[in-house]
Amino acid sequence: MCWAVPGKIIDIQDNRATVDIAGLRKQAALDLIAQPRVGDYVLLHAGFAIQKVSEEDASLTIDFFKGRLGR
Amino acid sequence: MIKFVDEYRNPALCLKASEKIKAISKKKIRIMEVCGGHTMAIRKNGLNKLVGGNITFISGPGCPVCVTALQDVDTAIALSKLEGITVCTFGDLFYVPGSSSSLAESKSEGADVRVVYSADDALNLAGRQRDKKVVFISIGFETTAPTAAAAILRAQAEGLDNFYILALNKTMPAALRAILGSGDTKIDALICPGHVSTITGIEIYRFIVEEFKIPCCVCGFEPLDIMTGVYILAGLSEENKAELVNAYKRVVRDEGNKKARSIMREVFEKADAPWRGIGVIPSSGLRLRSPYKRFAARERFNIDVPPAKENPGCICGEVLRGIKRPADCPLFAKTCSPSRPQGACMVSSEGICSAWYKYGD
Repeated sequence: MCWAVPGKIIDIQDNRATVDIAGLRKQAALDLIAQPRVGDYVLLHAGFAIQKVSEEDASLTIDFFKGRLGR
Repeated sequence: MIKFVDEYRNPALCLKASEKIKAISKKKIRIMEVCGGHTMAIRKNGLNKLVGGNITFISGPGCPVCVTALQDVDTAIALSKLEGITVCTFGDLFYVPGSSSSLAESKSEGADVRVVYSADDALNLAGRQRDKKVVFISIGFETTAPTAAAAILRAQAEGLDNFYILALNKTMPAALRAILGSGDTKIDALICPGHVSTITGIEIYRFIVEEFKIPCCVCGFEPLDIMTGVYILAGLSEENKAELVNAYKRVVRDEGNKKARSIMREVFEKADAPWRGIGVIPSSGLRLRSPYKRFAARERFNIDVPPAKENPGCICGEVLRGIKRPADCPLFAKTCSPSRPQGACMVSSEGICSAWYKYGD
């Protein structure tokens, strides 16, 4: 139930955002993250953005795995 | 657009992880995956086969639907039968059998029960239909509890007097301590929940490493996330080292989400909570703090249901504690199936019985 997916904020109105999740548009409340901006990538859970995420973070994880597993 | 999905499902890297795990794993270990999302990912992708014969996965108490006490399900059903009330619930809970009925059956008998995706949906509904009282059945761990807290703060700010929650939220650390401390289940390593940790940060698991000497790895939900986590844990186990590793840094900051935690703390305080199959665990639940008591559905509608009647054949409790496997249950895949579930572990899409039914042992 703690499922969460990343999406991109494309519009913000009254602390609620329209988020693009691989082409799907969803509404998300922004109460739980600090200083959300249009263009930010966020992790969505149960209609709320619960964390900002970045492409750098995503590549860091891959590098971490490759480092652990050996290239 | 952030992609990085294919990378985490990369079969070559997963197979490499598989070979590495098998190469280092000399002794038999039992790894508990705490989160129901991990249970599904492991079974769906056949990772239980890929990790080799020395590693057994044990499912933990991290499916919020499964650990919701039967009496609390009965309370939600009783609320739905009151006149002038709309009950909003997450989909998984909708079909969970209570002592003698379910929210789904209640709806079929005319009750106004809505499946929602978010506490915010329930709040919006309350705003649109001011003549009815809207009760949100608030289940979920630290990932979800802040969303309910945020909805309460909005209701307060907007002066909504017809929005309530039945707070059944639970928190991880006390439950993990109860399970690890009981001695019922031998656990050698823990895959810690990913999105709970997004909110809490990773330090909530420090006591497991220090007191129980059990290695912990916070993992994501893609196959490579879990395989890498298992490789790390198997390595630590072989060396008898207990360390806490964050292998899900792309969404889990070590310090977690402070804003979400502060909203959760503003609205909720710790309370003892009943867990299905485990019993009451001190300080493992959340209840509304005094300034927000007026949103508490149980008190507002004075709901008091009789003691719950567990299905005597169902062994969900022992399955949830990792003592028994779904296949040990006399009802499993006979009278209990996803289309006719007898217990919560078969209803929830993340329940261990549902995972075994769909994907096999």
